[in-house]
Amino acid sequence: MKILVIEDEKELQQNIVDSLTKEHFVIETASDFRTASEKLDLYQYDCILLDIMLPQGNGLTLLEELKKQGKAGNVIIISAKDSLDDKLKGLELGADDYLTKPFHLAELTARVKAVLRRNLLDGKNTLEISNLILDLNERTLLINNENVPLNRKEFAILKYFLLNQNRLVTKTALAEHVWGDHIDQSDNFDFIYYQIKNLRKKLQLAAAALEIEAIYGIGYKLVAT
Amino acid sequence: MKLANKSLLYLSVSLFVIIGLWSVVFYFNIQYEIKESVDEGLENYKRQIIYRAEKDPSILDKTNFEEGFFAFKPLSAKEALHFKDRYLDTFMYMQDADDTELELEPVRMLTTAFESNGRFYQLKIINSMVEEDDLVGELLEEALALYFILMASIILINNVVLQRVWKPFYSFLHQLKKYRIGHTEEFPTVNTHTKEFVALQKAVHTLLEQNNKTYEQQKKFIGNASHELQTPLAIMTNKLELLLENSSLQPNQAESIAEIMQLVDRLVRLNKSLLLLSKIENKQFLNNQTVSVNEIVRQNLSDLEELAEYKNITISVIENTELTFFMDHAMANIIIGNLIRNALFHNVTNGNISITLYENQLEIRNSGKPEALLSEKIFSRFYKSEPNSAGIGLGLAIIKAICELYAISIEYHFEKQQHLFRLRFK
Repeated sequence: MKILVIEDEKELQQNIVDSLTKEHFVIETASDFRTASEKLDLYQYDCILLDIMLPQGNGLTLLEELKKQGKAGNVIIISAKDSLDDKLKGLELGADDYLTKPFHLAELTARVKAVLRRNLLDGKNTLEISNLILDLNERTLLINNENVPLNRKEFAILKYFLLNQNRLVTKTALAEHVWGDHIDQSDNFDFIYYQIKNLRKKLQLAAAALEIEAIYGIGYKLVAT
Repeated sequence: MKLANKSLLYLSVSLFVIIGLWSVVFYFNIQYEIKESVDEGLENYKRQIIYRAEKDPSILDKTNFEEGFFAFKPLSAKEALHFKDRYLDTFMYMQDADDTELELEPVRMLTTAFESNGRFYQLKIINSMVEEDDLVGELLEEALALYFILMASIILINNVVLQRVWKPFYSFLHQLKKYRIGHTEEFPTVNTHTKEFVALQKAVHTLLEQNNKTYEQQKKFIGNASHELQTPLAIMTNKLELLLENSSLQPNQAESIAEIMQLVDRLVRLNKSLLLLSKIENKQFLNNQTVSVNEIVRQNLSDLEELAEYKNITISVIENTELTFFMDHAMANIIIGNLIRNALFHNVTNGNISITLYENQLEIRNSGKPEALLSEKIFSRFYKSEPNSAGIGLGLAIIKAICELYAISIEYHFEKQQHLFRLRFK
């Protein structure tokens, strides 16, 4: 899987590269409009992370180019500008997703994987790990081929964890992903704890070969056992 | 006190003094004139009487004023030669047409001396004078009448002329009262060529321009500052996330990093809220459309279902009507979503929430703390009812800002141990 990160902020670019490397993707970078344009002309990418504000040009121009070539579908726009205009324009131009800075790495990973899955879809849409199968279309969980009922939030949480296997998922990232962007997110934390507890219980009862570890009170990590 | 009334007050006092002084001067002038004219008459009488005495010496026997207005008295030659004509104000018993009996009346008396057939006489002639109190009374009446007529005319002129002259001013004032910085497009204008008012307009415009500029700058500053903070915050968050995944960390180091991360999270939320506020104020969101409030309520309740179950909170919704409003969907969702979330988070276990939709009105009631919140403070920025909460105190401020943008009125009440937020969509 080859990903191009077009981001002019060096530090942020490095963070993205570090994080995506952990997921065993092949990463290339571009820090300005010209480099990005050249690379897009020369190579094929499975996913493109695109910052709108670039030195020497606007990311939306690149997106227009990609649209003409029919390659806009695997673009995730990353922008500090949470303006509706840009968002609408970007999505209109065929971008797959729009991520506003600052974002959590877990969210980025989840979105990148969503784009990759969508473009590689071979009929089935499942996340699999050890003895566990999460069917995203049917919205069911099978552990050792037995159905384990989950409520909507539990399903969403598990899906998020599975997209971020072996990675830190902070409570904030989880809350934002599962319950949306609330002004005072911290109110959700008790509830997250409660939901995770229930989820753990269900996984344990069904003898799932994975575990949700707590990480220093800030978040969780899903690991296969 | 109105300007017209104030000038009227000053005018009435000064006119009173002026007319008073004028009356006094006038009184003395008139009196002088009367005396002069009476004296001339007496002088004339004198000559006539002396002439008559030449012809008819018998009248020389009249020694008092019994039946006439003159009297004689023989004088020695020596006395007569040294005599000088004297005019004198005195009083005499007389009966005027308006008197029922004799009264002391003011008279003017000429005392003179003359020689007739070698003998010397003293002659006294009197003429009745205007009664002083009559004169004063009359004059006072006239002066007062003049005063009141003047005042009446001035009031009339004031009302007609001044009102006309000040009309542009009052219209200007009215416009200025309604002027709201950042909201009113046009500056107030004064519709006249009166120099003072034009100068006032100029001064007000300069002031408003400066204020508008400052307001714009402030708005931009908050927006720009929070926008500029986003990238560094993004880098910090992600770096800390990567750092925490580093397996070579000691547990106590990791805990410190986790604490820093929580603080950064708070900064991120604070910054996001400020950015949102600035966007609302800059009206950057307005993708207005007809929005169904019922729909948004249902959507939010569905999202929060598990959370309500977890706290065992009963939620009842009464939809009396299909409530729609013309506004941005995301904004509507922020208001309603946050109000419902607040009702949930600030609730008690086994509590309840009731949401009622009326025509143009949405009410959200919830159980919770048994005391009322400070309704005058809860909507201000950075106010927290619980100072130690991890919240940032901008939730209701944002809701309020959106409500103001769309002229939706929002109120808080504490009724029957229930917290009530009411939105009125006009």
